[in-house]
Amino acid sequence: MHGRPRTALVAVVGAGLLVLAGCGGSSGGGAKAADSAPPVPKVAMLDAVGAGEGQLDLVNWAGYAEDGTNDKTVDWVLPFEKATGCKVNDKIGNTSDEMVTLMKSGQYDGVSASGDATLRLIYGGLVAPVNTSLVPNYATVQDFLKNRPWNSVGSQMYGIPHGWGANLLMWNTKKVSTPPTSWGAVFDAASPYKGAVTAYDSPIYIADAALYLMRTKPDLKITNPYALDRTQLDAAVALLKTQRTLVGEYWSDYTKEVQAFESGNSVLGTTWQVIANLVTSDKKATVQAVIPQEGATGWSDTWMVAAKAKHPNCMYKWMDWITSAKVNAQVAEWFGEAPAQSLACDQTSDKTFCATYHAADKAYSDRIFYWTTPTKHCLDGRGNVCTDYATWTQEWTAIKG
Amino acid sequence: MTTVATKTSTAPELSRARSTSAWLHRHPSARLLGLLSLPGLWLVVAYLGSLAVMLIAAFWATNDFTGAVEHRTTLDNFRALVTQPVYRRVALRSLGVAALVTLVDTLIALPMAYYMAKVASPRVRRLLVVAVLTPLWASYLVKAYAWRVMFAKGGVVDWLLSPVGGHGPGFGLRATVITLSYLWLPFMVLPVFAGLERIPDALLEASADQGARPLRTFRSVVLPLLFPALLAGSIFTFSLSLGDYITVKIVGGASQLASNVIYDNITTGGNLPFASAAAFFPIIVMVGYLLAVRRAGALDDL
Repeated sequence: MHGRPRTALVAVVGAGLLVLAGCGGSSGGGAKAADSAPPVPKVAMLDAVGAGEGQLDLVNWAGYAEDGTNDKTVDWVLPFEKATGCKVNDKIGNTSDEMVTLMKSGQYDGVSASGDATLRLIYGGLVAPVNTSLVPNYATVQDFLKNRPWNSVGSQMYGIPHGWGANLLMWNTKKVSTPPTSWGAVFDAASPYKGAVTAYDSPIYIADAALYLMRTKPDLKITNPYALDRTQLDAAVALLKTQRTLVGEYWSDYTKEVQAFESGNSVLGTTWQVIANLVTSDKKATVQAVIPQEGATGWSDTWMVAAKAKHPNCMYKWMDWITSAKVNAQVAEWFGEAPAQSLACDQTSDKTFCATYHAADKAYSDRIFYWTTPTKHCLDGRGNVCTDYATWTQEWTAIKG
Repeated sequence: MTTVATKTSTAPELSRARSTSAWLHRHPSARLLGLLSLPGLWLVVAYLGSLAVMLIAAFWATNDFTGAVEHRTTLDNFRALVTQPVYRRVALRSLGVAALVTLVDTLIALPMAYYMAKVASPRVRRLLVVAVLTPLWASYLVKAYAWRVMFAKGGVVDWLLSPVGGHGPGFGLRATVITLSYLWLPFMVLPVFAGLERIPDALLEASADQGARPLRTFRSVVLPLLFPALLAGSIFTFSLSLGDYITVKIVGGASQLASNVIYDNITTGGNLPFASAAAFFPIIVMVGYLLAVRRAGALDDL
């Protein structure tokens, strides 16, 4: 009775081993490990923008490609489709890591990458250098966003700046009695809001803890929250492990955070302006969002073209569209960020918008610590003593426990 | 003219086809091989092949900076999994959740299936089987999000418990166990129901005639006969719970399970080799579980 299944099992296992052996053989000659930053892979740049290909596949942050479904008046995708004939298919990336993974799939033409994704994309050979002369609106982009370490290599731009802003501290004004002014509110072990605190679910959030320590624990000598040696990282991780006991729910999906704040499951934590806007427009909860006294981490986003884009012409048309004064103003106001386009400030519906977001204020922009990929080679120039992103990822799992 | 031509050309083809079929008739093993080669190829290449590639990938590494996979053999992934206490905690937690879900489903499924198989009239039985099967038609995500809304602050669960002065468990592991138990309940009810149907009523009556109380009959007659069905059901509930990562994301609050480690390393970490190494845990557990079940003889009837 048992004989037959057993022979079958042996056959199946045998076949599996054969496959194993076959694969093992072919995978022998692999690539070498690189210790320092590897050379930038050579990827061809577009020479001229031709007719659109009819389709455009984007990976973008929530709120960057609005077609009127969230709010009828917020729509710059349909006009783009009408003007260029490029149908936009957008895929929302919830974290920079997710964006890098999505871009690795090779199915997308472009991405709105933050500074902690851009270099990984460039050095991974996933994105192409951008011929800025083919993007007329690039000329009037704020000068302090051009040729920055996160969007260029050796004065060659790898994308078109989109906008920038800070990660904010948000709270439910009905549930949180005293408005918090410090990030300490989300790290305080004796917080009265235990179980209702939320935090961003990504290893890059370790930098938020490091920023808080940079201001409150000077003896740790943190100068850049993305350049942490082992001791500094351990201190940040310890702080986040304390925070873990307060956190009811981490968020990476922005809709989940909107819902958590509306239901009252979360009352205090990190946010983006767009989330605060969505909660406010739904009118189910009242929230307020600010930059606390310690300053904030933030992002500076860049539209990049995939190295193997199937619709490069449409992507170039999109990059020009999204950085045109009117559209850049629209997306900046919707998302709640400073527009990259200097002319956008004349187009905002709220005339004080650019002043509020310090859009033309280089000094202010310099005070935000933009998401950057942590590497072994310290970003603050201390040498090779820092912890890299792989380590941060492992630590993040350990923090969540 | 043309008909003649086709006739002359098909005649040898026909005879060739005939001789092929005659040859196949004489060689049953070749016949079997021909029949099974396509599904066999699918099983080996698409199914086992991809599994094998995944397992091999566990011994690879990734570039620290770009996250690109590097094909050099290393045991670092396994070393990290074994030495870092967090992964042990997550693994134990996952086992606990899977075991608890199986237990809860067993406790609910036993009386339910008993009523369906032995007490209900044929009409009611049909209705109940349909009722058990219907939730399987609804999307998994819809059901999980429905529980999220119910467990939310001021949701249905809080509202139901407020008259007795209680409140819901909120998001967390308890909510995860409840939601998973709900999701996988049909997979336990159906095998147990089928198992109970196969137990002749005469046995239960004979036991009662000998003076056994219902509980004694259940313990000494029903349970031993039902054991294989229970194990079959538990394979489903246990393995499905062990592999789940979505429910815990939706209703699990800040907690994470073994499959979240795999998922996070793919989407967030972009570290496929580490994810592959982490996937060894559920595979080993399930193979061990299946072997234990096989020893218990529960697979003989399948």
